[in-house]
Amino acid sequence: MNSDSYQAIMAQRPGIMRASVGIDYAQYTTGVLAFDYERLLADTGYDIDATHKVQRTTAVGDTPLVELHNMTELVRAVAPPGKGARLFVKDEAANPSGSFKDRRASLSVHEAAKRGYPGVAAATSGNYGAAVASQAAKAGLGCIVVQEAFDSQAIAQPEIAEKTRACEAYGAEVIRLSVGPELFYVFLQVLKETGYFNASLYTPYSILGIETLGYELARQVKQHTGRFPDVVIATHAGGGNVTGTARGLLKAGATNTQMVAASVDLSGLHMASDHDFNRKSFTTGHTGFSMPFTTWPDRADVPRNAARALRYMDRFVTVSQGEVFYITQVLAELEGMERGPAGNTSLAAAFAIARNLDQQQIVVVQETEYTGAGKHPIAQLNLARQMGIEVTRGDPRDNKPGERIVIPEHPSQIAVVDVDLDHVRHSYLRNGIESLPADTMLDDVDIEFLAAETRSSRTYVQETIDEWHGKRR
Amino acid sequence: MTELIGKGTWVEIHRIVLPAGERAPQVPDDTRQVSLEMRVKGFLVAPASPGEEAEIVTSVGRRLRGVVRQVNPAYTHGFGAPIAELSGIGREVRALLRGRRQGS
Repeated sequence: MNSDSYQAIMAQRPGIMRASVGIDYAQYTTGVLAFDYERLLADTGYDIDATHKVQRTTAVGDTPLVELHNMTELVRAVAPPGKGARLFVKDEAANPSGSFKDRRASLSVHEAAKRGYPGVAAATSGNYGAAVASQAAKAGLGCIVVQEAFDSQAIAQPEIAEKTRACEAYGAEVIRLSVGPELFYVFLQVLKETGYFNASLYTPYSILGIETLGYELARQVKQHTGRFPDVVIATHAGGGNVTGTARGLLKAGATNTQMVAASVDLSGLHMASDHDFNRKSFTTGHTGFSMPFTTWPDRADVPRNAARALRYMDRFVTVSQGEVFYITQVLAELEGMERGPAGNTSLAAAFAIARNLDQQQIVVVQETEYTGAGKHPIAQLNLARQMGIEVTRGDPRDNKPGERIVIPEHPSQIAVVDVDLDHVRHSYLRNGIESLPADTMLDDVDIEFLAAETRSSRTYVQETIDEWHGKRR
Repeated sequence: MTELIGKGTWVEIHRIVLPAGERAPQVPDDTRQVSLEMRVKGFLVAPASPGEEAEIVTSVGRRLRGVVRQVNPAYTHGFGAPIAELSGIGREVRALLRGRRQGS
């Protein structure tokens, strides 16, 4: 077997990971499934103040909180009397590379430099690549970004093409790949060859870097309105955004704030399909990531994912592609903020959720992202048409991912679909049990861990597992 | 004979990482039937011809080999034509707000 073959490199995964992240994850294992999540995060030594200090050195964070007065009025125009909460947005596009991902990249790059790694590498097709490249440029480190960028017809996803350009603008090497999960194999090869730091989206550094977002916004809202937000909505994909933001809110004392995860519904499209690749008008923030990662976070590129969204979400909703494009246009034309579109997933959800809340209540959309060539509803919808997808005005409930994008005709049509969290918890528990050899006995510490992971109780976990065992017998 | 591209020129190389038939077991059928391809940009180490294999040095100094596909590759992504289904939204929501303000 060639030492660089797919099988050979994948077999070296544990060693490559350990060298490139510099964390011995095994030391945190406490049961057959359980590990000490809080200690994994705490051992990095970064609390909110330490993270903030690092982020200030590269102008990351401390972004403006913007009240969306006109959109709030539009919510009230379509809300029942007395309803229509105040909408705010945290303008994360003000970060150096144009998204909240700078927060995630900052601690990783800081650690890589501190520990003497010659560079940083990241497997990402999105804003995170630009963020790592930007932070690496400032730190004087080499940067390699591995992207899934084009299909077998050599058609590039326009948003990813823009990310290629941005990464190259910051001096990074960009490896562009066609569609497929073997991207991870190429990424491991790069890590092995270069000895670079793995700036994974899922290390403790990446998650701790987001805590400042939740912390800042809680304090900003309190300062501005005298109260903590009632609802904070985060666009949800791999789970980091929800996890880090919620942890930051808790650290600021906003313990009664409801944390909502929002994803674009891309059900029916396969994430590893060459055919489906350019039939998705969103490259992130969609159910293709959020469903698998919520129901089993440890499918990430590190042994233990520090993004564990199910621990923190109070509610999980989806919106359609057409609704997000609609709200992106509204944000530009009513608030003078051209942002997104992917980051506006949570804004579309916020618009729907605010309608049913009281007027004195506060809903915060915790991010925006920069917009530009490729990374724009116009570019996405032109590609969609080129791929044979119908684009029309109508009832957004008629959206069908990969076939039809329906732009609402009226703001009253914007609605969220609730994901059944009980179903998600069951899926998580099933994935956990199925990851173990048959007849593995769970320890007490595992039951405790699963209860924390699913934000349920020991009784809930025990009863769910017993029920399956009963069915098997 | 094609003209040689000069040493130091910014080019994009292309190579097959995994041919169709050698893809990972978990990929769906449509993906299995095509190759995993790689494209990377860098500076040519020595003069080369388009369509021939050559070596580049990337921005971080890595040396990679592949077939030269593009010379000084353009960024061609953009916006395209305005989308009629989006163009009317601003007027519609402004009219809604006007109506509400006049009504109250």
